[in-house]
Amino acid sequence: MADDTTSGGTPVGRRVVLGMLGLGAAGVVWGSKVADALNRVLAPVQAMDGTGLTSLIPAAGRFRIYSVVGFLPRRSAAEYRLKVTGLVERPLELTLADLKAMNPVRLVRDFQCVTGWRVPEVPWKGALLADVLDAAGVKPEGRALSFKSFDGSYTESLTLDQARRPDVLVAYELEDKPVTDAHGGPVRLYVAPMYGYKSCKWLEEIEVTADVVEGYWEERGYDTDAWIGRSNGRRDDPVG
Amino acid sequence: MTKLQRTPGPPAGEPRPDHDRTGVNRLIRFAPVERVLHWANATLFLILIATAAVLYLAPLSALVGRRPLVRDIHVIAGVLLPLPWLVARYGPWSAPLRADVRRMARFDALDRRWIRSVGRDPFATLGKFHPLQKLNAAFTAGSIPVMLGTGAVMRWFGWFPLDWRTGATFVHDWVSLAIFVVVAVHIAKAVSDREAMRGMWGGRVSARWARRHHPRWADETVTHDEVRQGR
Repeated sequence: MADDTTSGGTPVGRRVVLGMLGLGAAGVVWGSKVADALNRVLAPVQAMDGTGLTSLIPAAGRFRIYSVVGFLPRRSAAEYRLKVTGLVERPLELTLADLKAMNPVRLVRDFQCVTGWRVPEVPWKGALLADVLDAAGVKPEGRALSFKSFDGSYTESLTLDQARRPDVLVAYELEDKPVTDAHGGPVRLYVAPMYGYKSCKWLEEIEVTADVVEGYWEERGYDTDAWIGRSNGRRDDPVG
Repeated sequence: MTKLQRTPGPPAGEPRPDHDRTGVNRLIRFAPVERVLHWANATLFLILIATAAVLYLAPLSALVGRRPLVRDIHVIAGVLLPLPWLVARYGPWSAPLRADVRRMARFDALDRRWIRSVGRDPFATLGKFHPLQKLNAAFTAGSIPVMLGTGAVMRWFGWFPLDWRTGATFVHDWVSLAIFVVVAVHIAKAVSDREAMRGMWGGRVSARWARRHHPRWADETVTHDEVRQGR
């Protein structure tokens, strides 16, 4: 019999498989620390990289583009309108210029997806959602908000108390540039203290409602109150 | 089982007796169970890689969208991944597969010699599987539980602390990149060697190819056939 059919020899197969299982388990437990370290090392490299190739490196602090419809929603800055409807004194239809005329707020926060990926220290700029609501005047019976995306499918929700926080923006700039189509531009929501699915992209309408109307992912089992800080394992305080 | 006597083959260059209708001396390389397993795995891997690209690469994500659907296809293909292996390994047809797994799982002295000389040593002749084929098989086998485990953390995240989800994403991303490279090299090698490809399609390869690429296996197999035919 030939040598490689006997039971002798180096058990390379078993070593490789067990090694991968061990590394994989260690990576699950400590991977977020490694990813953070890697992000710190790669950030300056990425800033100088004109080719965009480094953005393909896994966990190099990059956004993943989520869209629930079969096309990339697109609306030009000129034709963009944000409707504020429902239980308000003055229904509004705001242009991008109207939003920019409101007191601009710039926040630098981590963007955290509920499935695990994280983009560290992302600069956002926009009008406070609270200011937009004040401009429309919420009626006393209004206690929640329903957000609609111009992708035609996505919806989100917040309670009025959550919406009035100073870290909830109607954002028009991401990383100090206009929000692109892929990132939900020209205008999207940014809810800093909650997981990414609350930050409704391609924001078209804010409807003030009496009760919380569950959003797209919430109908599919996600938590309606999606606080990042209340989940296990997160040591920093993203509420800031 | 009777002990096989090694019979001296004909001198090099002389054709060995033909064994099948085609008139070409062909050796059985892969049993049906192995070929079905291979192509079932290949199909699932290609579905996984295609959907992974849509989920991961921003331009493709934007182009295709439909994230819940793409995600579900990816998850279903992933969950199905152990199935072909379990059916092949634990069914009544498993004997040839188990025999080849035993060969695959170990480096013998000549494999180690081949690795040390990076294939330059002419005396490091190969058996049924190339050392890099063995590593490819081991890596692929190891990647399946790792990807299933980390994928489960990402998909059913409510059960796991956020740090684990970030860690699982990190592992899933890096291993998927490695899988992509390994599969790409595997396909490129297969496409560049039609006889190797024939072995995985029809199960047989020419004896000439076997002697050239896997001489120790060719000797062993041809000898075996000749002994059997002589009885």
